[in-house]
Amino acid sequence: MAEVVELGKVQVRSAVQPDAQPMIELRKVNKWFGALHVLRDVSLTVRERERVVVCGPSGSGKSTMIRCINRLETHQEGEIIVDGIKLTDDLRNIDAIRREVGMVFQSFNLFPHLTILENCTLAPIWVRKMPKKEAEELAMEFLTRVRIPEQAKKYPGQLSGGQQQRVAIARALCMRPKIMLFDEPTSALDPEMIKEVLDVMVELAESGMTMVVVTHEMGFARTVADRVVFMDRGEVVEVGPPKDFFGNPRSDRLRTFLSQILGH
Amino acid sequence: MTPPSAEAATLGSASAIDRRRPSFAIGPIAWLRANLFSSWLSTAVTLALAYVLVSWTLSFVNWAVVNAIWDVPGTGQQVDTSACRAARGEGACWALIGEKYRFILFGLYPFDEQWRPALVVVIFVALYVISAMRRFWRKELALIWLVALSVIGVLMWGGVFGLPAVEQERWGGLVITLILATFGIAFAFPLSILVALGRRQTSMPAVKALCVVYIELIRGVPLISLLFMASVMFPLFLPEGMNIDKLLRAQIAIILFAGAYLAEVVRGGLQAIPKGQYEAADALGLTYWQKTGLIILPQALKISIPPLVNTFIGMFKDTSLVLIIGIFDLLNTAKTSVIEPAWQGFGVEAYLFVAAIYFVFCFAMSKYSQDLERELDKGRKR
Ligand SMILES: Nc1ncnc2c1ncn2[C@@H]1O[C@H](COP(=O)(O)OP(=O)(O)OP(=O)(O)O)[C@@H](O)[C@H]1O
Ligand SMILES: [Mg+2]
Repeated sequence: MAEVVELGKVQVRSAVQPDAQPMIELRKVNKWFGALHVLRDVSLTVRERERVVVCGPSGSGKSTMIRCINRLETHQEGEIIVDGIKLTDDLRNIDAIRREVGMVFQSFNLFPHLTILENCTLAPIWVRKMPKKEAEELAMEFLTRVRIPEQAKKYPGQLSGGQQQRVAIARALCMRPKIMLFDEPTSALDPEMIKEVLDVMVELAESGMTMVVVTHEMGFARTVADRVVFMDRGEVVEVGPPKDFFGNPRSDRLRTFLSQILGH
Repeated sequence: MTPPSAEAATLGSASAIDRRRPSFAIGPIAWLRANLFSSWLSTAVTLALAYVLVSWTLSFVNWAVVNAIWDVPGTGQQVDTSACRAARGEGACWALIGEKYRFILFGLYPFDEQWRPALVVVIFVALYVISAMRRFWRKELALIWLVALSVIGVLMWGGVFGLPAVEQERWGGLVITLILATFGIAFAFPLSILVALGRRQTSMPAVKALCVVYIELIRGVPLISLLFMASVMFPLFLPEGMNIDKLLRAQIAIILFAGAYLAEVVRGGLQAIPKGQYEAADALGLTYWQKTGLIILPQALKISIPPLVNTFIGMFKDTSLVLIIGIFDLLNTAKTSVIEPAWQGFGVEAYLFVAAIYFVFCFAMSKYSQDLERELDKGRKR
């Protein structure tokens, strides 16, 4: 099911500067759900403007890892440092990090009782204390970038899945985050809508956003990722640039995974 | 799947022309035939029920209108109700209402001052109407309520602006019912939201336990026993010389009681909100109260409207239980109005009168909640 989406783009050029600062650092992170050990010594560094794609079989801990980065889940061991701020129980740190990190979910999670525009202006107004007028202008700018400015007055329930996911991206961007996290943003979409969302994400990548994307869209990984991460059973098994990752997988686990997902 | 054949494709497009719906299937006659007279059994049931309905309606109209006594000679102690007694069973004695409506509506409030509770009722109704309109749902509404309630206090108690003072023991009738219900809902509803939120606070076990204990304790006892406790036991715990009046104590009992029930209703609504809504709000950096007030509660309360209004209506009527601790609410004044020997035995008329008043308020609430639901749904569904 990968490869079905043709992005119609050549490789997006890497935007990482040679002296780029690390934006996200995970050091030997461990997490348990009860007795279940779901992250095992996960270490990963994402540099400024870097685009990292995470893949792996179901239940391997991809969502958990990415959700630890903005503390939707708490880890029990190891260190997570985002934009120079260490994630601890300190609520101020958590708020500070969440302001800088945008997240897009598999199930969109738009607020159904608010219009598209209100969905986008809510956080800038309440969290960034932006005047309403300014927030609306900003929201319209991003809605235009995701190509749905004409839907601003509608409610999420009136939009297609692809449109909703693009609104979710715009909503996150309205906070002007430094980092964007995507957790399987296209898995809940009908095939014909996947491309419109991926196109928006490719554009975002071209603009130099630091991105961590959990996805099974290997076409996207090939064209956009600086590095691809393979996770299995809570471990980071292999990390590498897409060329090596797909062309020359070192571990058996990754080879098996790729053969399954690419259908060889 | 096999591809559709060319033949099927042509057939398909030909039959895609809209045909008019056959006319025998629509219209009132068709509806009657389909729903009431579809078989001999259904026809028999329809006819039997129609007979019962018509004969009951006719005898009620006979009793309530045709044979009713609207007026009797005399008034007060000298009233002569023999005409009513003669018509007992055949005609209603509406003369009772003409004679006693001021007592039923305002209780023992001084007769010449009864314009004051009457005005209060009007203010209450105006408050309800204003609060019901969505275009007044702004911060100023709280101010309007504050002013209106102060005016109501001044009117009822008096003692200022040249209004003679009226002690609280003399208040009665519809005003008492409206006071208990309005303050009851106005305080119990916010209380219930806090309790429902507190009950879900897994990270604060003490808060959670307190909320659970409150809900279970209050729900486990009848309102009557709470009212008794409020009127008899509560004063025992107060320091010597301090005295909170009976109405206030009953009011507090009602608030606590309704709060527990409403909290469970609100909790039900909260439970229906998907986890993703919380996560999206968290990921955007909203604080707990922003998330709760802007994202979770608007959705949770909207889906809770039917059970909420159900509880409001129940509460409105349950205020009538205060009669057992000697407060003269609408039901109690109706009951008392037929105590005089001359009027004894005409309880049905008095109860019908107050039932109609209760019905108007409860039906209005019910109707409004349905409209509100529809209004809030507008444009949000596919
Ligand atoms: N809230 C939770 N409580 C208990 N166990 C959980 C919870 N969330 C996830 N898990 C478990 O943790 C493991 C990792 O889950 P996670 O969602 O991170 O996997 P994933 O790689 O994202 O999988 P998928 O591709 O299916 O989304 C799984 O075994 C899952 O069952
Ligand atoms: Mg997942």
